[in-house]
Order: sequence, then structure tokens, then C-alpha cells
Amino acid sequence: MILAVASGKGGTGKTTVAASLALSWPGPVTAVDLDVEEPNLHLLLHPQTTGGQTAYMEVPQARQERCTACGACAELCQYKAVSLLGEVLLTFPEMCHGCGGCLAVCPAEALTPGQREMGQVLWGRAGELAVYQGRLRVGEAMSPPLMRRVMAKVQADGAAAAGDVIIDAPPGVSCPAVTAASQAQAILLVTEPTPFGLYDFRLAWQAFAPLERPLAAVINRAGVGDRKAYAFCADHGIPILAEIPYDRTVAEAYSRGVPACRASAELAGLFRRLAQDCQALVGGREAAHA
Amino acid sequence: MPEVLVISGKGGTGKTSLTGAFAHLAQSKVICDLDVDAPDLHLLLRPRPRRTEEFYSGNLAVIAPERCTGCGECQARCRYGAVREKDGVYSIAPLGCEGCKVCVHFCPAQAIDFPVRHCGQWQVSDTRLGTLVHAQLFPGQENSGRLVALLRQQARELARAQGAELILSDGPPGIGCPVISSLSGTDLAVVVTEPTLSGIHDLERVAELCRHFRVPAAVIVNRYDLNLEHSQAIGRWCADNGLGLPARLPHDPAFTEAMVRQQTITEYKQSPLTDEIRRAWSQITSLAGLPKAA
Repeated sequence: MILAVASGKGGTGKTTVAASLALSWPGPVTAVDLDVEEPNLHLLLHPQTTGGQTAYMEVPQARQERCTACGACAELCQYKAVSLLGEVLLTFPEMCHGCGGCLAVCPAEALTPGQREMGQVLWGRAGELAVYQGRLRVGEAMSPPLMRRVMAKVQADGAAAAGDVIIDAPPGVSCPAVTAASQAQAILLVTEPTPFGLYDFRLAWQAFAPLERPLAAVINRAGVGDRKAYAFCADHGIPILAEIPYDRTVAEAYSRGVPACRASAELAGLFRRLAQDCQALVGGREAAHA
Repeated sequence: MPEVLVISGKGGTGKTSLTGAFAHLAQSKVICDLDVDAPDLHLLLRPRPRRTEEFYSGNLAVIAPERCTGCGECQARCRYGAVREKDGVYSIAPLGCEGCKVCVHFCPAQAIDFPVRHCGQWQVSDTRLGTLVHAQLFPGQENSGRLVALLRQQARELARAQGAELILSDGPPGIGCPVISSLSGTDLAVVVTEPTLSGIHDLERVAELCRHFRVPAAVIVNRYDLNLEHSQAIGRWCADNGLGLPARLPHDPAFTEAMVRQQTITEYKQSPLTDEIRRAWSQITSLAGLPKAA
């Protein structure tokens, strides 16, 4: 199964939960960092990178000598990436979303495929664990196309067939987070019991519930803030699979690149149980539907 | 009038709590929450909406089943994998649709409608600390860059009308579309980081983004006592890269206590921590070219 570890609010412990789950997983597993804007999973898993490729988006290039100034490309483009200034054909590759519409609609082949670098897809191993990540080029605005490219590589390598896949999703609840969550069969939301945590957790639930995937929660830094996150989970039937108590030594370990599951024997046990409960998320649902 | 943007790269470093404190300390300002995806500043400022507007951006392709002949042209053309087919019936997943119009244009049966997409709401509100411009994108929506640009435009107009000295903005995490939209043309970026490997990694990327858009940046290390070695390394890195370091703040549960009480940390209680935040704000105002507070 593919499990996405997500959160509304940033900094709730998503990456340390994803890394700890991958290290505690009972069986073959692949860890995938889809937080391509700020990929951090490798800082906890310390993989040896064994390969990588640059990912490009197809963008139009103008061939002025062929242009008949019909304007069909500029009319179709929704992103102002192609325009006609009088009879001069202009392209703005940074604005392009790579839909291919202008290339298909031009009757004169005056637009030809070019490339814009989106970032890197990297892969490697940390012991038994296969690790993938996307790294968005600094200055690139769009992350979902690179995220899809990372998942395509994971699928092409047969990771989902060989075992389970854990995705570290980007924070937030807009298109990048939904792109990551929609790749998964189950979603684990990590929150903290604070007003900011709860507000963003509610948004995340609103964003991900329509995907109709089994959804469960982990409460990190339990003991700080208030109890409202617990009430929200109870009211909306969201199972809380684990509570990670607030502990300064965990935060200090994290600062050095040590994931929570390696911070204490108690937490090692907590993540082993959490991994089993996460595996049961998909199985349980299938059984319930049978 | 200067625009100061608080960002972080990594989420959860204390960006919004510090923006709240600065909003309390700044004299004459318009406050702006540019994290339109997961906005939290309103939880400290308790806004009273003065004006509410709907936000529409882009379009959405919708197949009209009564006109669809089931030829599959749309699915073959869609680069986003948004077109689904089940038992010969085609539909478009709204969350997957990029609004590119390619399927609409090439559908031989003109069976695809292209309505405008209702993406969220934005508001101008009164708060005890001044005017707040803020928004909420509906969960799962895109185009947050355009909404960010709209909020910044509104904030500028309000600031001019009020004769405000400053626009203070809470930015989104990451380095993508909404961050770029928040950053371009701003006068000073205050990057809040923490002394963790992730914090340092994300600081380097967001600082590179600031350089890319030629925006001066200053750094605040939050929870510096979590790892003194990394805090020193961040200090050296800032010095080597010509970035100001207005403050190093200790880990303090008072941030969460203030948040639970819907207060900014400087309103909540006076402490060595809040003295340090006041010193930081004074440095930020001079970096941003603002007149010294009386």
C-alpha cells in the first residue's frame, strides 16, 4: 500500500513520523519525499544517493519565421505564456504549465517543444530502505509536476509492487499537498494540540476527506496546548493512532538528524505499533467493505 | 512604504507567532496574512471583518454527459491525468484539473464546459493591532500565487489610504508559487529558522530564493538553545553570506501559552524573551528603513 504522511500546518513532525515509520515498518518499504520545495526526509534517513535525473517540463519555443500570426496559441493559453505582439510571437517559459495546448493548436508548427528545468529526482538506499526525493529548482514556482515525476519513477522501479511506500507530503492543503495525498491509498495526518495545529488540521481534513481514503491521526507534542484536537477527532470519527509526548530530548535528537524512533526505547515501540496500525488502515477498510 | 515579509522555508519555526509580536510592536502598519493556504495569524488577532470578497481564479473543465460521445480525446490530450473513464463514461477530477482548456478546445463534440473556478474568500478586517488583510483558499485549490498578489495589492492601497508606514506580512512556508508571489518586490524578508538540520537546509534554499529575487534578508534563529552548535553554524553562515541576524530566541512554552489565549507573545507577558523580540523588531525596522520608534 501507499501511505501519505501529511499535515495542514508545517513543522508538526510530519517528516520525523514518516522517517520513523519507514525505519519501523514490518516488511519491505520505500520512503518518498514529495515535499519537493523543502525536502528534509534525507536529513533523517541519511541515504546513499545512487542515482538521479533532472526533470524538465515541456514548454514552447517560438519559431518566428513560421508564424502566421493567427493568434490561436495566445487565445488558448490560460497562463499568458504565449502572446502575439503585433506579428511578433513571444513565449514566456516561466509562466508555462506544460499543458501542450499551444504546440497542438498551432497550424504552422511555429511553436516547437523546449524545456524548462523543474528540479531533480534523486534515489538511493539507507540500508534495506529505498529512498526517493524530488528537489525543486530554486526559483521554480510549480511543484506538482515534479512530484508526479518522482512518483512515476517510484512506480517505474516497481517499488509499490515490491512492498509498501511511505510518502512524506508537503505541508498545507492546496494543490501540492492534495497531489501528494491523492497518490496514496491511506493518509496519516500529523498534528499538534495547539490552536494553529487544530485550525490547519481541520483544513487538512476538509481537503483530504473528499479523496475517500482511510484517514487517521497522530498527535505530536502531546501535552502542550489544549485538548481541542482530541475533541475534533472524536467528533469526526478520525482514529488517533498514536500520541507522541512532548519531550525536549526528542527535539534535540531531531536537530542532529536522529528520527524520533531512535530517540528512546519507548518511542521505538510506539512507532513499531504505529506501523502495524497504519498497515491495517487499508486492510481494515477492504475487510469492512467485503 | 516598506514591505516586510516573515518567511521560513521550513514550516513550524514560529513564523506566525513572531509576525503577531511584530504586529503588536509596529507603530503604523497594515498587517497581511499571505499564507492563504493555511492561515493562522487571525487566531492571534481575532479579526472583525469589514469587507468580504469572493476569490475566483482560472477555470475548471467539466464534461457534460448528455453531449459526450465517449471518444476519449480529452483523456488522450490531458497532461495532468485528470480525465477518468469508468464503463465508457468520462469525467474530470476537479482537484486534478489544471484549467488549461486543452480538452475544451479539442473536444470534437463541444461537450466540455469551462466555468470559472471559485477558489476562496478574502477579507479586510479590523483588529486590536490594526487593519488585517487576509484570505482563505478553499482546501485543495490552486492559484494561491494570484490570491497572494491580490492581497498585497489591497494591502498597499489600504496602507496608502491610511498613511501607514509599513506593510507587515506573514508568508507561506516553502519556496514555491505562493512564496515567490509573496517575495517579489518586497523590501525585507525576515527568515525564521531553527537550529536543526532541516531548519538549516531550508534556510539555505529560501535565502537562495531571496537572492534570486534580489530581496534583502535577515535571519532569526528560534529555539537556538535546542542545538548550540548548529545555532553558531547558522550565525557564521549568515555572516559569510552578508545576512543580518537580528535575534536568537530561546525555546519557550510561553509561545504556545500565548497562542492558546489568542494573544501575541509580547502582549501575553514581559520576559527576557519578549525583550529580545523587541530588540529584534527595532533592528528589523532600521534594516527596512523605517523611522525609529519613539
